[in-house]
Amino acid sequence: MHSHAKPLPVRAPFWTPGVLVLTAFMVAGAAFILARFVGGLEAVTNLDQTHPWGIWIGIDVATGVALAAGGFTTAALAHVFGRRFYEPVVRPALLTAMLGYTLVPIALLIDIGRSWAIWHPIIYWQGNSVLFEVAMCVVIYTHVLYLEFIPIVMERFKGRINLPGPLGALNGVAESLLGLADRTLSKIMWIFVLAGVVLSCMHQSGLGSLMLIAPSKIHPLWYTPILPLLFLTSAIAVGFPMVIFEYTLASSSLPLKDETDLMASLSRYTAVLLGIYLALKLGDMVVRGTYAHLLEGTAQSNAFLVELLLGGIVPWLMLLSPRVRRSRRGLFAAACFIIGGVVLNRLNVFLVGYRAPHAQTSYFPSVGEIAVTAGLIAALMFLYRLLVTYLPILSPHGAEASREVIS
Amino acid sequence: MNRHRRDFLKTAGAVATLPLLASSARGSDAPPAGKESFGCLVDLTLCVGCRKCEEACNRINALPEPPEPFDDPFVLDRRRQLQPTEFTVVNRFHTGRLDERNRAIPVFVKTQCMHCLKPACVSACIVGALQRRNDGAVFYDVSKCIGCRYCMIACPFQVPKYEYADPVTPRVRKCTFCADVISREGGKPACAAICPVEALTFGRRDKLLELARQRIRSDPGRYIDRIYGEHEVGGTGWLYLSGEPFEKLGFLDLPSRPVPQLTEAIQHGLFSFMWAPLTLFGILGGAMWLTRSGSHLKEDD
Repeated sequence: MHSHAKPLPVRAPFWTPGVLVLTAFMVAGAAFILARFVGGLEAVTNLDQTHPWGIWIGIDVATGVALAAGGFTTAALAHVFGRRFYEPVVRPALLTAMLGYTLVPIALLIDIGRSWAIWHPIIYWQGNSVLFEVAMCVVIYTHVLYLEFIPIVMERFKGRINLPGPLGALNGVAESLLGLADRTLSKIMWIFVLAGVVLSCMHQSGLGSLMLIAPSKIHPLWYTPILPLLFLTSAIAVGFPMVIFEYTLASSSLPLKDETDLMASLSRYTAVLLGIYLALKLGDMVVRGTYAHLLEGTAQSNAFLVELLLGGIVPWLMLLSPRVRRSRRGLFAAACFIIGGVVLNRLNVFLVGYRAPHAQTSYFPSVGEIAVTAGLIAALMFLYRLLVTYLPILSPHGAEASREVIS
Repeated sequence: MNRHRRDFLKTAGAVATLPLLASSARGSDAPPAGKESFGCLVDLTLCVGCRKCEEACNRINALPEPPEPFDDPFVLDRRRQLQPTEFTVVNRFHTGRLDERNRAIPVFVKTQCMHCLKPACVSACIVGALQRRNDGAVFYDVSKCIGCRYCMIACPFQVPKYEYADPVTPRVRKCTFCADVISREGGKPACAAICPVEALTFGRRDKLLELARQRIRSDPGRYIDRIYGEHEVGGTGWLYLSGEPFEKLGFLDLPSRPVPQLTEAIQHGLFSFMWAPLTLFGILGGAMWLTRSGSHLKEDD
């Protein structure tokens, strides 16, 4: 069996210039969040009576959830379908998903008008509401992600608990409790791995059903009964490109083991998965005859063409070439196109394709909205950086050697 | 008939407070509005644009006083939308028809919540803060609302409005159909009660449809042969009669299929008894067992 380095904390200085830039973005975002809770949504956003949803929903929630798909797709590949070769990407993808799903409720707290009532769906059930289903799945899945993450934390502290001062007497007790939790969790983890994949399929497709409640408002290029299926297949297709994207970024600033071979094999799956998504999307367009709208020349038709060509067909063709798949740069470019295509698709469905009656203006995000979204993304990268520095998530350069020493 | 109505009114309150789970379990096959559901018929050929209905609406809902008084005729010079502080507005349209002295004949159009029979906002609402009562009023319960604004996405008429300037307790604002008033014997919505030219007729929706058809039959020259709201989005509580094509008067051309039909079919199709998630769980579990990696995640590293 192919042997991989054991994941380890990355021993690199934390406060780099990049991390300082992230901090600056977080501070700017926080200032606008404060303004939103003082002056209301009106003070910070460009939302109006005909455009109730902006990028805080379109990017922070809809796109964020789609791009966190690396978590469940890698878990499915390595732990459900038993492709253990891909084990090294499971932990970083799990971390990204966990952070992404943690930021979704935070973004919602900022966006919804009565933030203090965010827990209401837990007691006021509404089974007809797609939003209710999505919310429930996201809440449960976020907890599943935390559970899946616990072993990583335990691995870090097992056998080296050293409580400060007089608490040191409890070291032994804490150690045995940790051991017990670890053994119990590893016995039942399969339930959570499966539940995570199922819940992901449910709410990824659920996000696609959300806008089906507005048949007269969503542009026909996107309004299709199979929108939930398109959301699910595109989320699955973007999972591995996100892994490739993150790995390439992380390894350019951290001393990581070279995993280009592994990424190349991952991308073969992506060629198939993206192909399935594109086939469904094109087939749907032919069946419903919506190609008639392709050359309308409107913002909607242009956005659709960019999404389909640059975000779908171009990277798919790229991935068909073995030369692209084997090159680190080619892979990264293809991944960027695919991710861009999915981001644009979510923005198109939620914002560009949404045409409200009686609208006198069109929506464009305000500086405050962009700053908050950028701040949240910066916070995600900041936490990623922080956690990989102190927990065994990535496989640092030379980890194989250090593994010999440890074991 | 009177007793029937009184009986209904007695139960209406209780029905409106039924637990939500009951309504969510009912699903898409729930009967459309019962016979006892109320509506309002707007006869555009009668409206003179006096805006008394706006004034009455403003009073009964204790809305803030508008900058221009209700008898200011110049307000009609601009096309107005519903606002968080205006649950009904009257707009003036010119369709190009002229009278004997070559003056353009204005048509005044009152807009407000249509109180759909199968309301998209009710189906969309994440917490069931929007409910359609048996008397026909689509009712908003602020105590449940979380402010997600999905109702505003869902409404095909773009009716619900939002208090964006309120940082902590914003509300969704829209016509209430004067729910408190119409639940009382003989109660009418404030706008219908005040209308001096009887352009607004309040009553049982099935009776209103009969009345509307009768008016079209008895004066076919005055009306176009269409009742707006009879079929639109599965039927609306508010119905309109017009002498001019509705498209020229700012009315939306909407299909007769209820808006929530597709999403509710998908949701209930996939999640009745959770069969789809459980099946997927089983299939994936089978795959996991076959590849034998599930319970040995650590050992064979």
